[in-house]
Amino acid sequence: MATAAETARAAEARDRRDRWLLSAPALIIIFVAAIGPLFVMLAYSFMEKADYGDVKFGVFSLEGWVSVLFQRDIFDDTLGLADAHLSILWRSISLSLYTTVLTLLFGFPTAYFIATRPATTREVWVFLVTIPFWTNLLIRTFAMQQVIRNEGLINTALISLGIIERPWQIMNTDLAILLGMTYVYLPLMVLPLYASIEKLDFRLIEAGYDLYASRWQVLRRIVIPLVKPGIVAGSILVFIPSLGAYVIPRVLGGGKSMMLGNLIELQFGAGRNWPLGAAISITLMALVMVALLFYVRNVSRSGASHG
Amino acid sequence: MARRQRAYDIRRQPGFGLIALFTFFALYLPIAALVAYSFNAADSLSRWDGLSLRWFISAWNNQAVQDASIRSLLLATWAATLATIAATMAALATTRTPNYPGLTFKYAFINQPLMVPEIVTGVALLIVFSRIKVWTGYTGMGYLILAHTAFCIPFAYLPIRARLESMDLTLERAAADLYATPWRAFWRVTLPLLRPAIIAGFMLAFVISLDDVVITEFVKSGGQDTLPTYMLGQLRRETSPEINAIATVFLALSVVLVTVFYFVNRRRP
Repeated sequence: MATAAETARAAEARDRRDRWLLSAPALIIIFVAAIGPLFVMLAYSFMEKADYGDVKFGVFSLEGWVSVLFQRDIFDDTLGLADAHLSILWRSISLSLYTTVLTLLFGFPTAYFIATRPATTREVWVFLVTIPFWTNLLIRTFAMQQVIRNEGLINTALISLGIIERPWQIMNTDLAILLGMTYVYLPLMVLPLYASIEKLDFRLIEAGYDLYASRWQVLRRIVIPLVKPGIVAGSILVFIPSLGAYVIPRVLGGGKSMMLGNLIELQFGAGRNWPLGAAISITLMALVMVALLFYVRNVSRSGASHG
Repeated sequence: MARRQRAYDIRRQPGFGLIALFTFFALYLPIAALVAYSFNAADSLSRWDGLSLRWFISAWNNQAVQDASIRSLLLATWAATLATIAATMAALATTRTPNYPGLTFKYAFINQPLMVPEIVTGVALLIVFSRIKVWTGYTGMGYLILAHTAFCIPFAYLPIRARLESMDLTLERAAADLYATPWRAFWRVTLPLLRPAIIAGFMLAFVISLDDVVITEFVKSGGQDTLPTYMLGQLRRETSPEINAIATVFLALSVVLVTVFYFVNRRRP
């Protein structure tokens, strides 16, 4: 006869087994079509490239990783820094940082504005931010192109006002990518900011004014420290996809202004250097991980200071 | 001095309203321009010749656009259905339980597709699938459906898990007390309660699949363009207003889906 404890343990074991079986389809699909391939790619980054794309399977080589940052001189085989790669890496990081700053500069007042509307209209404003958020990224990029291209809205307006005579070339520059990314990722900044400003206790602000703080002091010393989790979350939500951007630089940068995503594609396309492409992909993932770690550390620290 | 006479509003920050209104204007101006140009009668985007529906008609009659649209819808339906089923099962397995070994692992695993840049997943899938395509000779839609299902799972999982966490086991226990089998209790009690969240999860997954361009671009075989990859291909060339017309229809579809999603989700008690 089984004791009550044994029966309970058996029930628990059965529950566990059922829970693993239930989650198996999701775990298997994600392993096969998302996580597993990343490990294969890691292996590919250490193989020798074949002449027409792909790799020489099982032939070990560090060449892919070396050429992320260095290039071999064609004549004497010495290593020099790969300036093209470094400038693309730098462009990716700096444009992503600028995008984060710009979305914050526009997103913070917007989120604050929404959070201080009466409850009845607040939902409408949030909805207005949500619609672009769920609209196809390619379409929004294309929409941005309508504004900044040579015959687009900005240039037509500036020319008809007589401010400039010839179109201002924005397309295919870093500025175009910056504008595109700011436009596309803005909702990702506004939504988490709104969520944390909405929870703001306005009595604290009142207390600040009672103590003769100016508007600016209240903003800087009370509001911003209190909504810091939202600022950090929004910044990370904007920074990470910016770093891995592919469609926006491809459409608005026109192949002249490349970011890491485009450099990766190039290696799997015309560049025919899969190990290098794999190595750059893993570098990009590592950068994303660094940003995420920064986020986790910041969240745990700000959580501790409130506790 | 007029400002002084108004009650001192502690919520106000000077200039914020102005910046906010500019931001909303800037969010919608490009979309408005895109839509406006789709009704342009002229042959190119550089002129405005008055209103016309000719580009919508020409897009409608374009065989490539028709094929890509149908493929997009089929792919999104398959991927969203499979992802929703897998996500519902996974959500049932990871909620309403004390922490058990492997639970955190499951969360991390299910949310993994959200953590990796799409371009990285795209080329990783290209590496693996291109080899499998050579080995098996199969080049059908299966690869796209599998890839889309994988990255749709976390989106379908999100609302379903949230809904389950707000439900306790009382009703299921009551059903069991009334001699319902676990299976019957699931169909008659759990599933009806979960339905709004499952619909929301399905719609999220559907929109995410419909919108995807990067992963599709790397996974698709020849002749498997979806609407977004078709548009991306066209954008490389001189763009005609036909692309605007397609984008406008796509946009309208997204707005309808989001609005429906919004109301389905809000009706939640």
